[in-house]
Amino acid sequence: MIELWNSLHPLVQAVIKGLAVIGVMFPFGGACSLVERKVSAWMQGRPGPNRAIPFWFAWVPVLGPFLQKLGVFHLMADGGKMFFKEDPVPGHVNKFYFYLAPVVGMIPAFTTLTVVPFGAYLDGAGKLVPLVLANLDVGILAVFAVSSLGVYSLILAGWASNSKYPFLGGIRASAQLISYELSMTLAVLPVFLVVNPPGGSGTLSLFQVVEFQSGTWQGFTFASLHGLWFGLTMPVAAVVFMVALFAETNRLPFDMAEGEADLVGGFHTEYGSMKWGLFFVAEYSNMLIGSGVFVLLFLGGWNPLPFLPLASVVGWLGSHLSPLFLHPIAMGLLSIGVFLGKALFLIFVFMWVRWTVPRFRYDQVMKLGWQKLLPLAIGNLILYAILIAIFQAKN
Amino acid sequence: MAYVVERKPLTLSERMYIPQILAGMRVTLKHLFAPNVTMQYPEERPAIPTGYRGVPTLVKDPNGREKCVSCQLCEFVCPPKAIRITPGSVEDQPDRTHVEKGPQAFDIDMLRCIYCGLCQEVCPEEAIFLQNQYSMTGYTRAEMVNDKARLYELGGTLPDQHFKWDKKKDAAEHGNAH
Repeated sequence: MIELWNSLHPLVQAVIKGLAVIGVMFPFGGACSLVERKVSAWMQGRPGPNRAIPFWFAWVPVLGPFLQKLGVFHLMADGGKMFFKEDPVPGHVNKFYFYLAPVVGMIPAFTTLTVVPFGAYLDGAGKLVPLVLANLDVGILAVFAVSSLGVYSLILAGWASNSKYPFLGGIRASAQLISYELSMTLAVLPVFLVVNPPGGSGTLSLFQVVEFQSGTWQGFTFASLHGLWFGLTMPVAAVVFMVALFAETNRLPFDMAEGEADLVGGFHTEYGSMKWGLFFVAEYSNMLIGSGVFVLLFLGGWNPLPFLPLASVVGWLGSHLSPLFLHPIAMGLLSIGVFLGKALFLIFVFMWVRWTVPRFRYDQVMKLGWQKLLPLAIGNLILYAILIAIFQAKN
Repeated sequence: MAYVVERKPLTLSERMYIPQILAGMRVTLKHLFAPNVTMQYPEERPAIPTGYRGVPTLVKDPNGREKCVSCQLCEFVCPPKAIRITPGSVEDQPDRTHVEKGPQAFDIDMLRCIYCGLCQEVCPEEAIFLQNQYSMTGYTRAEMVNDKARLYELGGTLPDQHFKWDKKKDAAEHGNAH
């Protein structure tokens, strides 16, 4: 099996790995839409979607009704509906760009996935190897560069629709996304200032950031700071990044591009069926990747708890429970589980905030972005630069 | 009188958003675990309060006799003119044909009925009641017109407090006209 895998051309390997990750990602994006409906319902005191069930599942005694109550089959019903319903294209749109927009939305959503590590395992030599499609040294830069292309999809959709509400949605999307990208990038900078001590070779790799956060408790020394996650040592940066993330993914309370309260449906007003569905899968993929990056940067990636890195957990499990846990596959799965758990919890936080905070007005969004978050991010950057200059120069 | 609402300046924690948002999130989380307030309608049915004004129906007295005497007061009082009565004689007593009356046909058009309950209020015989049925559906207009048979089927028998006709009979047997 492994020989067969190794004998394949590297390009074929990469394609298979990429398809596997996308094959996981696409259903996850769809599942998030269901979770969204369900969580929204629970927060509003309703049971939520609980009707759809294929009849052969209805025969299974306890599991069938349970899954039905959970609304699992609505996911398939939704997907099936969107694939097979009529796909109307209004006569007044620019057809080429109209068709192109959802595709342009999907591409950055899936491309950023290649540089996001989602797990790690110890190889034979005891070295931590990241589970990532492409372990680029420019990691975070690649994420920002590609994910910011996603805004073209919204602009293109708004413009190609040739109608006023989508157009306004597209304009708002472009203004909002560009404004918040600045604070987002500036919020990330202190993290990399700390990860790259002066004099060493620099890196922007997300894997290195997680490795930096996998320290253990070593008494009240500076070395112990490695065990703390960046979310705890840089709370302001984490909050600014989080808020900018909400804006970047067009989530409430920064729901400007869609704005169903004032813009009908915003940029996707004229879209229907699967093209509309693609916008949504892209949005949820962006959310997943955004929360994944947040977890990597500020919540310690695949380390279960502060001061408790994955390697020590696996070592403890291996020596106390079963040596099976030391196998690279088991460790990889464990790390993916921890990472996904954190990322999915963040998705839940997205939904939680959605039903808590009312929408901002457009001018408030701009004001918050430019007059509050940006100075805060710059001040935070300067503060950590000074702190690093004071404390790290001595080592 | 002019009244000026005092606008307090926002406190620091209010201007920082975050503590306020966290407090809001606590409320939302409470609602996440609170029991649902909705009803799974077709499976669960709401409890009907007493005095509910549902579909108007005709009722029989505890002896199984028709109470309606076809006085047509309900027909006259009905604001949307949903009731149409064709008066007739009492069927099972041929010797009293022209003395006592009963409806030959009694139609209530449920597409017109506004569930106001005036018919129930005006009825001197307590023969028409708005009961618990709240959902009426039909595929045609004709289906939505309740005829006499249907009205009695929906109405059934209600307990009677007065036994007006029993008292009349009693009185007649003891020599009092009233």
